[in-house]
Amino acid sequence: MSDLDLVASRTRQPPGTETVIDVRDVSKRFRLLRERNSSLKSTIIRGRRTVAEDFWALRDVSFQVHAGETFGLIGENGSGKSTMLKCMTRILTPDRGSIEVQGKVSALLELGAGFHPELSGRENVFLNGAILGMSQRELERRFDDIVDFAGIGKFIDEPVKNYSSGMYVRLGFSVAINVDPDVLLVDEVLAVGDEQFQRKCNEKVSELRKSGKTIVMVTHSMGSVQALCDRVAWFEHGRLIDVGTPKEITDRYLGGVQVDRHVDDGGKPRWGTAEATVTGVHFVDDGGAECSPRSGAPATLRITYETTEPVERPVFAFVVKDLEGRPITGPNGRDGVCIPDRIDGRGHLDVTFDDFVLLPGTYDVDVAIWDEPMLKVYDYRPELLRVDVAPGPITETTGLVSLRGRWSFG
Amino acid sequence: MSGAVPPGEAMSVLAEYSRSRDLFTNLTLRELRSRYKRSFLGWTWSLINPLTYMVIYTVVFGYVLKVRVLHGHPSGLSAFALFLLAGLLPWNFFTSAVNGSVGSLVAASNLIKKSYFPRALLPAATVASALVSHLIEMGLLLVAVLAFGNYRALYLLPFVVLLIALVTIFATGLGLALSAANVYFRDVEHFLGIAFMVWFYLTPIVYPVTYLHGSTLTLIKLNPMADAALCMQRVLYDGAAPSWLELGALALAALVAAAVGLAVFRRVEPRLAEEL
Repeated sequence: MSDLDLVASRTRQPPGTETVIDVRDVSKRFRLLRERNSSLKSTIIRGRRTVAEDFWALRDVSFQVHAGETFGLIGENGSGKSTMLKCMTRILTPDRGSIEVQGKVSALLELGAGFHPELSGRENVFLNGAILGMSQRELERRFDDIVDFAGIGKFIDEPVKNYSSGMYVRLGFSVAINVDPDVLLVDEVLAVGDEQFQRKCNEKVSELRKSGKTIVMVTHSMGSVQALCDRVAWFEHGRLIDVGTPKEITDRYLGGVQVDRHVDDGGKPRWGTAEATVTGVHFVDDGGAECSPRSGAPATLRITYETTEPVERPVFAFVVKDLEGRPITGPNGRDGVCIPDRIDGRGHLDVTFDDFVLLPGTYDVDVAIWDEPMLKVYDYRPELLRVDVAPGPITETTGLVSLRGRWSFG
Repeated sequence: MSGAVPPGEAMSVLAEYSRSRDLFTNLTLRELRSRYKRSFLGWTWSLINPLTYMVIYTVVFGYVLKVRVLHGHPSGLSAFALFLLAGLLPWNFFTSAVNGSVGSLVAASNLIKKSYFPRALLPAATVASALVSHLIEMGLLLVAVLAFGNYRALYLLPFVVLLIALVTIFATGLGLALSAANVYFRDVEHFLGIAFMVWFYLTPIVYPVTYLHGSTLTLIKLNPMADAALCMQRVLYDGAAPSWLELGALALAALVAAAVGLAVFRRVEPRLAEEL
């Protein structure tokens, strides 16, 4: 999130303690219909019952959100956080428990949901606004704001099917944000549109925060959790694990986000399925001895690994970060077009830099081994190496890297 | 949303109501506007359709099969086309309202999954948009029967309004129940086409009820749409007040359909977003 959000969070009033959303013992069950009777024939043949398997998306979840608070819901995919949000919007009804929300609610679940392609932007603004709970009069009053904010201009009387996807989403966001809700529920939709529009969205959300609106957001982005949220609820397998400040929760969450997590000897977190593991990472000299890289000189990064079984086409990856955890670069074997057909047993991989452009200083390196599509991680070892980059040919001192520009007068 | 204190509760019910009213209007307008978008003749189509039916049925039943309708009494009308339209227009409204409602939830599945609003507004708005067309048609039919000399239709106008209202309630009730059922069994849509085909001939629209005797007549008497057709023919063709028995039977059927429709819909409503 932008600096603007940070400024906003420092200047606004601290959230109150009045409960705006009260979630009490909520459980939600989905029926996974393996053989669903979607026609009469199959119902009659198989009898009235469909073959169903229960899946509890939420189990006995209770928490309160206070007035003026920005509240984050985090967890892995399928942990129940989005289901929770949908229950709050009343799209889904909990099987047990209750949710009470005070005030007017607006949800940003999918921008422009319910736009009718054949109708004009103008007609759709009124329709969508009504779905979101705005009265005709309110809509007439805000109409110009909505169109201005979306930047649609004269296209407002064109059918929306002629809109670009950007315009579509912008208009959807613009309607939703102009509902002027007391409670805004957001499901990872803000990452839409071009950068300029994203900035406007973030500003608008910050504005809402400042004006004391309650915001509940589902997010994967730890960055925005840290920057935006006052408190965070952490979900895992439909259960609420913990509610706390972003710092407390993200520390625990990042340590435990993978199901098959294990902790290495040094007590540092580490996760993955462990068919292949990273055993070490170092900068090495020509003779293979451990060394410190020099800024602007050639360098070689050596990753050593071992496997418990043959692994097909693994992708090695590393991330160089500054000491505050901000990534500087994160290349992988796919970028480098270096994916071995299979690895088996012990071995190592070298990444060679003709010109190591990091400025002198201290950096952390994460190392990981992924499967080829990079969906499954065999081993992820955050901050495995802390490296000091020694002074070298580069004489620059500002920033983190040198772009190795050549200076000359024409 | 539900408030904690009673006054707040009352306010929120009011707010929900006014919100629903605006949304209902908007959804109905959406139906109406999108129906004839990008068609050259636009709204004229909604009149061409019943006119075509009228011509076909008049030729087939009036001239080829020589169905004879009695002179309207006391109106003195004697035109098969007028007799036909008095029964046909309510029937067409009924079928288009129910047919439209049935698919309305499935068609709006994206909307249902992504936003909250009272779901019953979707079938209701479909019925309302069909009602708008129906009112225009009935207006024109009224002008026609007046032009042909059934002046009494003017005094009997309250009956016409009442009949339209009852058919609307009947169609809404069926629409609610069937739209909910259609979410689970898509067969409903297909089944309905066939059911309406049979139902049409069980309703005295293309023939006068006087053609029927004995058990067929009893069967017809169990059909609420037959009551609707008979009452409308009585008012617009004969120019007389409808029979209270038929009117009462229609009203009863409408109320039962509405109660059952609402009950079924309420049961299904909470799970709609996940079943679609």
